[in-house]
Amino acid sequence: MIHQFKLHGYSVVLDVFSGSVHLVDDLAYDVIALYETTDRAELTRRMLEKYRDDPDVTVSSLEELYADIESLRAQKKLFTEDTYENVAVDWKARKTEVKALCLHVAHTCNLNCSYCFASQGRYHGPRALMSYETGKQALDFLIAHSGKRRNLEVDFFGGEPLLNWDVCKRLVAYARSREEETGKRFRFTLTTNGVLLDDEVTEFANREMHNVVLSLDGRKETHDALRKTPSGEGSYDCIVPKFQRFVEKRGGRNYYVRGTFTHRNAAFLPDLLHMADLGFAELSMEPVVCAPGDPAALTEEDFPVVCEQYEQLAAEMLRRERAGKGFRFYHYNLDLTGGPCLYKRLAGCGSGTEYLAVTPTGELYPCHQFVGEPAYRMGDVWQGVTNTALRDEFKGCSVYARAECKDCWAKLYCSGGCAANAMHASGSIRGVYEYGCRLFRKRIECALMLQVALREPQKTEEKEPV
Amino acid sequence: MKRIQTIETRDLQQSLKDGGCGECQTSCGVANQPCEHAKEQKD
Repeated sequence: MIHQFKLHGYSVVLDVFSGSVHLVDDLAYDVIALYETTDRAELTRRMLEKYRDDPDVTVSSLEELYADIESLRAQKKLFTEDTYENVAVDWKARKTEVKALCLHVAHTCNLNCSYCFASQGRYHGPRALMSYETGKQALDFLIAHSGKRRNLEVDFFGGEPLLNWDVCKRLVAYARSREEETGKRFRFTLTTNGVLLDDEVTEFANREMHNVVLSLDGRKETHDALRKTPSGEGSYDCIVPKFQRFVEKRGGRNYYVRGTFTHRNAAFLPDLLHMADLGFAELSMEPVVCAPGDPAALTEEDFPVVCEQYEQLAAEMLRRERAGKGFRFYHYNLDLTGGPCLYKRLAGCGSGTEYLAVTPTGELYPCHQFVGEPAYRMGDVWQGVTNTALRDEFKGCSVYARAECKDCWAKLYCSGGCAANAMHASGSIRGVYEYGCRLFRKRIECALMLQVALREPQKTEEKEPV
Repeated sequence: MKRIQTIETRDLQQSLKDGGCGECQTSCGVANQPCEHAKEQKD
């Protein structure tokens, strides 16, 4: 299977099952599109007709192009067949090892964001803080169920984790005390709204946190409209200076500033560029996760607007990169040469199997987005995973488990998508969130174009600045 | 210019042989996670 697209003057061909990416000219683009379905003589006739004003397009140049295509096919870099379905089945039979926990250290929050999927941090339940003893048991559970895995991840999540900061610090100290004895290496991460960020938190986080997510939605008017304090005031003025100091002290590495865009700002690019102009160079801007009828929900009318934002973003990133003022957008950070292996692409995010969420009372869920859904409770940190049928359901949830993904060119990039989004959209973790799929495909096209463009000299067709 | 320029990418077929160590970070975009195995080899 191949996928072809043109964007900002670049014509790209992706060979889906080898992962090969080809930058082609117009003639090659047209020939490849028809190559598998058109008789060779007819193809030659059509191309000579279409390019009759181009003296470089001749019978011999077409024959040369056909030879190049056949050479790429022989190298398994073009028109590669899908031979991975059995790999996915075998992978399902593997032993389950847990390698990451999302610790919900606080089911409470000091902001009242209107679109919060976690219901203002409470996950549809009572306010709660995780005790040190529960967190310690969670870390013991992780060590005991991680098999031969050396790298273990622990996210401090909420709600707002800084509302339970002392427990976070004690849990880091406990985990560090067990590293040498167990041969494990813990990587901690923190997601915060920044309200309680101070010098002490900054110093500790910059020493111990492998990565930090800072929540900011863009321009002051956008951010303050949705991310308010309980008394109804905006939080932009409170957090932006703190984030800037934090990132500066962190040396500008291993963080990202993450925004959420909604129906209100489907044209999100000005908000994202505002974040870049504030000096943040690691950015993420995500479509809101909420019920379809919610006022914040993205609509079908928003779809072309959002796609245009993604395309303009790619052009602007390219322009700024060439001017030496680049920034990174997480969905465009495709690592073409050192990216994930096929097993990872088949397994996806690992929710419900190698990645679990832990509530303040120690209950286990497949991931943070399932917390508070009684049907998805998997066990607890004392008994372990007791709902093994649910775990097996998640284990078999590869890209090959979804009929809708069969003919999708992006399936080895998304791995079948987000199980929580699928469940909320279709009622099944084996369904798909079709709107999200369409956005994902657009993002991957932009990401591929950007990666190709960064390896090339500037093209005259590259768009003017936004 | 050549009509087809192939960009260097990780060979997914080959990754069946040299991948699968499971030491990579979990993800909530799969395709942009660096392969831990490849990274450690590089280091």
